[in-house]
Order: sequence, then C-alpha cells, then structure tokens
Amino acid sequence: MTAASLREGRDNTQTRPSRPIRSRAKLKRTLVVWAMITPALLGLAIFFVYPLLANLYYSFTSFNLLSPPEWIGLRNYQYLFTQDPRVVTAALNTLWLVVILVPVRIIMAMAVAGLLVRAKRASGLWRTLFYMPALVPPVASVVAFVFLFNPGTGPVNQILHAVGIPGPLWFSDPALAKPSLVLMGVWVMGDIMIIFLASLLDVPRDQYEAAALDGANGPQRVRYVTLPHMGPVLLFAIITGVIAALQYFTEAAVASSVASGKTGVSVQLSQVLGYPSDSLLTYTEWLYVRGFSNFQLGYAAALAVLLFVITAAFLFVLLRRFKAFTPEGRS
Amino acid sequence: MNYRSRKLIALTAVAATAALVLAGCSGSSSGSQKPDEKAPSHLSGTVSLWHYFSDREAKAMQSVVDDFEKANPDVTVKVHSGQSDDKMSKVIASGGDLDVAISSGTDDLGAFCGSGSFRDLGPYMKRDNVEASQFLKIPYGYSSFEGKQCSLPMLSDTYGLYYNTDLLKAAGYTEAPKTLSELQSMALKLTTYNADGSIKTLGFNPLMGFYENQAAQWSFITGATWMKDGKSTIADDPAWNQLMTWQKGLVDKIGYDKLKKFTAGLGDEWSGDQAFQTGQVAMMLDGEWRVAFIEDGKPDLPYGTAPFPTGDKQTDLYGGGYSSGDIVGIAKTSKQPELAWALTKYLTTDTDALVKMANEIKNIPTTTAALNSPKLKLTPQFKTFFDIAASQHVFTLPTTVIGSANQTTMDKYWDSYQQGKGGNLESGLKGVDKDINNAISLSKGP
Repeated sequence: MTAASLREGRDNTQTRPSRPIRSRAKLKRTLVVWAMITPALLGLAIFFVYPLLANLYYSFTSFNLLSPPEWIGLRNYQYLFTQDPRVVTAALNTLWLVVILVPVRIIMAMAVAGLLVRAKRASGLWRTLFYMPALVPPVASVVAFVFLFNPGTGPVNQILHAVGIPGPLWFSDPALAKPSLVLMGVWVMGDIMIIFLASLLDVPRDQYEAAALDGANGPQRVRYVTLPHMGPVLLFAIITGVIAALQYFTEAAVASSVASGKTGVSVQLSQVLGYPSDSLLTYTEWLYVRGFSNFQLGYAAALAVLLFVITAAFLFVLLRRFKAFTPEGRS
Repeated sequence: MNYRSRKLIALTAVAATAALVLAGCSGSSSGSQKPDEKAPSHLSGTVSLWHYFSDREAKAMQSVVDDFEKANPDVTVKVHSGQSDDKMSKVIASGGDLDVAISSGTDDLGAFCGSGSFRDLGPYMKRDNVEASQFLKIPYGYSSFEGKQCSLPMLSDTYGLYYNTDLLKAAGYTEAPKTLSELQSMALKLTTYNADGSIKTLGFNPLMGFYENQAAQWSFITGATWMKDGKSTIADDPAWNQLMTWQKGLVDKIGYDKLKKFTAGLGDEWSGDQAFQTGQVAMMLDGEWRVAFIEDGKPDLPYGTAPFPTGDKQTDLYGGGYSSGDIVGIAKTSKQPELAWALTKYLTTDTDALVKMANEIKNIPTTTAALNSPKLKLTPQFKTFFDIAASQHVFTLPTTVIGSANQTTMDKYWDSYQQGKGGNLESGLKGVDKDINNAISLSKGP
C-alpha cells in the first residue's frame, strides 16, 4: 500500500468537517487557550506592566505621595544627572557589590560544592552544615554578624586581641563595612552552593576519565569538562546574583542601623542609612530615602527607571557573553 | 494603514489611557474639610489612632486613650502603636484607616501640611474656643506650616546636658560646664585611657553622629540658623563656622580614630547599655526622656542635668536649648473628623492627659496649664528641662517640604569635616546650601 493510497483510504473513511464546524472548533480552542492564559496575563498586567508604566509616568512628575502628581518633564532626570549629591556614591557602592560580592560568593560556593562532591564521609552532615546559614532570615544574620564583629564587645575582636592582633572596626569602618558584608554574604552562600553541588554531581564521570586519558590535568578538566556542564547553572547564579546586588537593601540597612547604635522606632531611617560615612549607602536605599523620607516619589521613580535600564543592560551583556553556555548557543 | 502604524497607534492609546488612569488614581480626593457648625453633643463610633510610641511609652499612651474612652463610653479608639511617619504617609495616601496621627517630630510636617494630608485645625479650634495662648509658644509655632495650624503639639522634647556626678566629683568638679571652653577642658580631664592608649572612659563624646549629636540638636549652642525666606543659608551664618571649628578641635585633641573605635564599641542608644547609663561617658547631650530611661534601666545612676553649654560668644543663650516634639494631626481622609478632633483636642489640651503622659514618659507638656500643674512629678533632673522649655532661648528647626533632607545633608557634610575630608569649611557649607536648595526646588513642582 502506497502512501497515496493510504491518504485516499483515510479520506474515504474520515469525512472532512464543514467550514462552520471547523470555525466553531477553532473558536472553542482559542477561547480555551485564552481562558487558561488570562490569569497569567492579568497577573503580568497588574503586577508588572501597570507598575512599570506607572513608574515611568511618575518619573516625569513632581509627586510627594500625598498630593496629585504634577508633570515636570525631564526635571527629575536633570536633577539625577547633574545635582543629586549622593547618587554617585550610592551607585558606586552598588557597583562595588556587583563586582566583588557576586563573584566572591560564586567562587566560594563553587569551591565548597567542589569539596563536598569529594566528601567520602558524613557528606550529608557537611552539606547540611554549609547550607544551614542560608535558612537564617537576612535581618537576623546581619544583626548576629554586627554583634559578632562589634569592635568593643564582639568575640571576633576579643579573639584577635587575645592573639595580639588589634581588631579592626569592621562595620564601623568605611573601608571595611562592605568587605564585612561580603564575609556575611559568603557565610550565607548555601542557596547557590546547593545548586552548584547538584550540577557537579550531574557531570558524567566517564568524561573526566576520557579527559584524563587524553592527558588533561586538573585545571584543564575543570575548564573543559566541569564548566561547560555547569554553564546554565552558573549563568543562573550570576544573573540572580547581579540582580540581587543591584537591589541590595536589607542587609546594608540593618548593618547601618545596628552599627550606628540607633535602632529606635522614632529614629528616622534616613539618619542611619549609609553608616559609616555613606560607605553602605546603596542605590535602592537612596531611592527609598528620596521617596519616603524626603517625599520625592517622582524623583524616586526616575531613580527606579535608571536602575531598570542598568539592570536590563547588565543582563543583555551577560546573556550575550554566556551565549555559548546556553543550549541555544551550543546548537 | 500598515501594521506598524496600527501598532504604534495602539501603543500610544494604551500609554495615554494608562497615564490618565494613573493621574486619576494618585492622591485620593478628600471630602469636606470643614467642621460641623456645632460640636456634636454626644460622641459615638470608632476612631483610628496611629502613633510612634512603643513598649513602655506605648503603655502610657494606651492608659491615656483608656481615659478618653472612659469619658466617652460610646467611642472606641483603634490604636496602632510603633508606626513611623513613612508608614503613616502611605496609609493616608491610600485612604487607609487612619484618623489621627501622632508624629515624633516636625521633620515631615511640611509634607503632611503642604499636601493637605493633615486637615487645617484652625476652624475646629475657633469653633471650640481652643486658643493659641493655651500652648507654649515654641511648640505651637512648630506645629504649624506656612501659617496653617494643621497639627497641634502634644508633648515636647527639650535637650540639655546630662552629667555623671560621681565622675565629675572624682575629677574635682562640682558644677556642670556653662561654656564650650569649660566643656572642652572638663571633657579632656574626664577622659581616661587604657595602657594601650585606647579610651577607657570619655568625658564628652564630640563625634557628630553619636547618639543625639546631630546638627539640628547642636545648632542652638551658638544660635546657628538654618534658613531664610525658604532657602538654606547655613554658609551665611558664622555661628556654624564657630561651632564646627570648636567640635573639630575637640575631636582632633582626643583623636578621631580613638573616638571612632571607642564609639563603635558602645551600646545602642535605646538599650540598657547606653553609654551614659553604663558610666562609659561622663557628659552628653540628650533629651528629657532619658530621665525615664534611667529610672527604668539604671535607677541608682548618680547624675545631674543642666542646660547645655553655649558658645563662649553666646553666653546670653545659656539656659535655653533645642526643642522639638510630638505633633498630632487629623488625616484629610478621616471618615470620622469630629471624633478625630475630639481625640486630638483631648490629647493636646486636656491637662490631666498631658500631665499623665509627662509623668509616665518624662516629656515636657505643651500647654501652660499642664506645665504648671501641681500633679507633675518633678525630680530635680527632670525639672531642668521644664526650665529650659520655659526659657526665652528655645530653638527649633524650620519645617521644609523635603522632610529631614536638610538635616541629613548637613550631618553628612559635618561627618566628612570631622574626619578632615570636608575641605575648606566655608565652601563646604556653601555646597550644603546648594544641595539643600536644589532638593527644595525639585519638590516645589512646576
């Protein structure tokens, strides 16, 4: 039986539906599709598109939250780029976190995951121990860290003092405040470490053996076997890490509040954010201060638009750079 | 019309509709802002009160609210304690359940009043014969904005000098300092050092940013002024230069690094480990509320209080001080404005209520009747602040539309200056003025 006769046979046994019936079926299918995607589209429209458009609109207005916004054109952007006295400091601090905190956390998480893969005994216990700090709420972990590193009463400096090393000021020293936060970031790296660990365990062992037979040394095996396998996971860690660093707020705000010795309810957040000496002032903190302490929501919206553009640019560059690691890039 | 043109028109229509929706959504409209012709003869219903007090202070506030409910049995007050201005402004903007707001200071009054978020209380006061003369002059003044009485003072905070009598006595002093020169020499003599050169106890901590050491609270020391005609004029007033030069001089004499290290190891301002309460600092600037904190956490602390020393050229200001305080306002979105006014009037003018709060949380009452009430429990330390409040030389801050941005801008510069990074003081202060005026200009709108 040829293919042609098969087609004929099928044509003979199955009657082709008439045009109105086909249209009704198509319409039904379309309605079902729309019914299923409508909740998602509504969510997208209400929680993403609307706030995005609202923010863009407010960025061209003078808006203090309490009065109706008034259109002022590009005045907020003009102020942002030419007059804002602290935005450059806040942006540089945030950039520092992107450039230092994100890579350090990823490198440390990969190193720990690499060690845990090789653990012969009590591997479950080690994995749990390294992961546990990630379960601590950010506020609690920052408060604990600031107390541990308190220059006068903290155990870290007391131990350093006992061995004859003068302890630094940690969170109260403008030069060390951000590195202290990096230390804390490394301590709570369990979230990405566990993903790296799963990815490492997924690398086929025979590829290592084949690479070894071809004469590849340790670093070469990491470069040509491990990293290509971990590409997508690594990309995920970098993208989420960069976005989190660009939006860094809670840890810096709590560290500044506790280290400055002013944690009362009546203390205005704007008084303590950035302590010490603006070294912990992040971009999103500055946005919050301008919006909610200085009642300049319109200007805060302009800051948010710039942050959105910068984040999108970062992601564009990252995705282009890591194209080779993605399935699309490989094909 | 091709596909691209249609798409462009559709996008434009969506954007225009969104802009219209957004413009319509923002800033909830207010109903009638005028009071009824006559005050209601009987009060009933629920009124929502938001305030910043927490813990011990919130209990005192609740006790006063309970008294109000007892006097008005058909009224229920829904209390939200521990609320910041940030949160209250969001609730008012969204038309939330807020009738009466108590703010811990006047920093945000410009935004609340300038936007009309707080009702004008003038018509209510006129109708119910509440007179300006009932209030202390300075608190009544700082609770208004651009001529509109959009809030009333409830309690005020006045700043003075706290000193540890045992530490002063051990150093040979029987009296508190009255001028900055005296303060400096006593501070240096009272400072003791460990064998490694680090500070053991500090006579007086001059670091800007330490507890209540802020430009606002310090400005009265030399009578330094902030603004003129709605513009920041800090650089024009030599009193700032005098004050900051003195402060930097004392920081340099003790050593910035040593001070920073010592300060970093001190307890939190609002904890039981507060440095004056632990005896690590012999003298400090603080508000009258510290009396209650000491009573609560360190009742056996040997201490005295006095007006804060003044600049050597401004000895006539001695006896005065910086003052700010709690303000009570009624939200424009209040659905129970008459109830809200009744509660506001009670909290701000009822002598027993004010005296009760003053006795419990050790704040200064803001009406003349309450200030002179025989029911006030005045310890010698607390009484000092009553005398300061009654002085002719009480300073307060001008209210701006940018919240506390003028203060934080000045504080940030002073922090750099005390580290030796502020450059030339005169040009630095001109830069402060420029930054503040730019921010004010941005808030003024089109």
